[in-house]
Amino acid sequence: MTNFPIDKIRLDFPILQRKVNGKPLVYLDNAATSQTPKQVIDCIVEYYSLYNANIHRGVHTLSQEATDAYEAAREKIRVHFNAKHREEIIFTSGTTEGINLVAHGFSKRLKKGDEVIVSALEHHSNIVPWQMMCEETGAKLRVLPMLPNGELDMNAYADLVNANTKLVFVNHISNALGTINPIKQIIEKAKKVGAAVLIDGAQAAPHIKADVQDLDVDFYVVSAHKMCGPTGVGVLFGKKTWLEKLHPYQGGGEMIDQVSFEQTTYAGLPHKFEAGTPNICGGIAFGAAIDYMNTIGFEAIAQYEHDLLVKATQALLEIDGLKIYGTAKEKTSVISFNIEGIHPYDIGTIVDKLGIAVRTGHHCAQPIMDYYKIPGTVRASFAFYNTFEEVEALVQAVKKAKEMLS
Amino acid sequence: MNTIKEIQEEIVDEFSMFDDWMQRYEYMIELGKSLPLIEEQYKTDDYKIKGCQSQVWVHADFQDGQVVFTADSDAIITKGIIALLVRSFSHQKPEDIIAADTQFIDEIGLKEHLSPTRANGLVSMIKQLKMYAIAYQAKANN
Repeated sequence: MTNFPIDKIRLDFPILQRKVNGKPLVYLDNAATSQTPKQVIDCIVEYYSLYNANIHRGVHTLSQEATDAYEAAREKIRVHFNAKHREEIIFTSGTTEGINLVAHGFSKRLKKGDEVIVSALEHHSNIVPWQMMCEETGAKLRVLPMLPNGELDMNAYADLVNANTKLVFVNHISNALGTINPIKQIIEKAKKVGAAVLIDGAQAAPHIKADVQDLDVDFYVVSAHKMCGPTGVGVLFGKKTWLEKLHPYQGGGEMIDQVSFEQTTYAGLPHKFEAGTPNICGGIAFGAAIDYMNTIGFEAIAQYEHDLLVKATQALLEIDGLKIYGTAKEKTSVISFNIEGIHPYDIGTIVDKLGIAVRTGHHCAQPIMDYYKIPGTVRASFAFYNTFEEVEALVQAVKKAKEMLS
Repeated sequence: MNTIKEIQEEIVDEFSMFDDWMQRYEYMIELGKSLPLIEEQYKTDDYKIKGCQSQVWVHADFQDGQVVFTADSDAIITKGIIALLVRSFSHQKPEDIIAADTQFIDEIGLKEHLSPTRANGLVSMIKQLKMYAIAYQAKANN
């Protein structure tokens, strides 16, 4: 791809100029967290330099400016995910909190005999909250299995869904393997039996612009830090009808209507789920990150990242004994691999010495590692600010590591 | 038998011959291969050190007032690091092991492995070796 403005984009990310162990940084751990462009950093500096104040309550100018900026960010996020109503966008501390919020709400609604379905490709954060919910309610957790290539077994899914199914939770994209799951099909099938669906969009948000109305999804959760925003902030999209029904997650200021020692009535949406002073600056900066990514354009990003993936896959597979886990037809720019006879941790250590940041381990997805009967993998995950030269640097570093460790 | 301090100085000496990290790591990988291997029966969860991204097993025996360590890991760099620890702590008296410092790891240019949050669990390994020494000391005193 020739017209992708990669040189210009790289100048937006100050961190890409730094060196690690004397070598230029090659950052390929984007699935863990993305780097931050100066447009977002400037937004954070501006907030603390000019209008830092608590929101929604103050009558003074600063408070009004901060409130306006925070609510403008909510609106940007609404538009980005094409939610129908602004009150369907709940600010959270990240994907994990979004999932816990929904699991908490459902723990008041489910009962013994109900069933919930989790996919085998989930991050621990989309497994554990539901296990806790099942323990509390007596609902049964059923697992939608995976196939050897890292895709979900959709035939098995058809058999799993039944009249007792109340909830289905699946990630849009697997963090460990990069598989893009057929969520539209999963949602459609769940709707037929009246089950609600939560999609963990943490890994998808930096690559795909999800349209929650088109998907007809009930809950969609994301984190800002995976898509060029700061850590500690994210969003839960929830259909208004569901959010009105669910019990509040945390009690505190801001989420109330009237409080007396006898009784409290809750505030309307979205505030019912936003107890306490939120991450104001984080929310505003999340809006700036979405603006930044939309300026580049998600179609251009997807195409460029796909080219990086194809190049990296081809080059890595030329290394003798290298095996890639997750070869789904539809996958994003994540490559999870091992080299026969070498521990992933050793490869990660050597390539780090060569300036390359990859992730090693089980990627918070132990069930996937158990499926493949491996302790973990080396995971290289590419973003739109990575280059073909960096792909080459990775390949050379892996070759060097193999030479040293064999 | 040399003291722990002497052995550690010897290791620092050996590593000072290398010019760059690559040679140091290559040497460590070699050391890993020469580690006195733990017997298969001890490669179980009971002997596994928690807090490592790779699996590490350590076993200790008490012979003639000295602690004798054997160990293994499925990652070769981790094995090299534990080989250095076993070399400096094995065949030593419990009280000397308990009192020993591990400053030499820093001196041989492997400081990055000393951070308590590092996934290789070097800090956990040192703690485990010292725990064995404490246990044998207590046993000997009884």
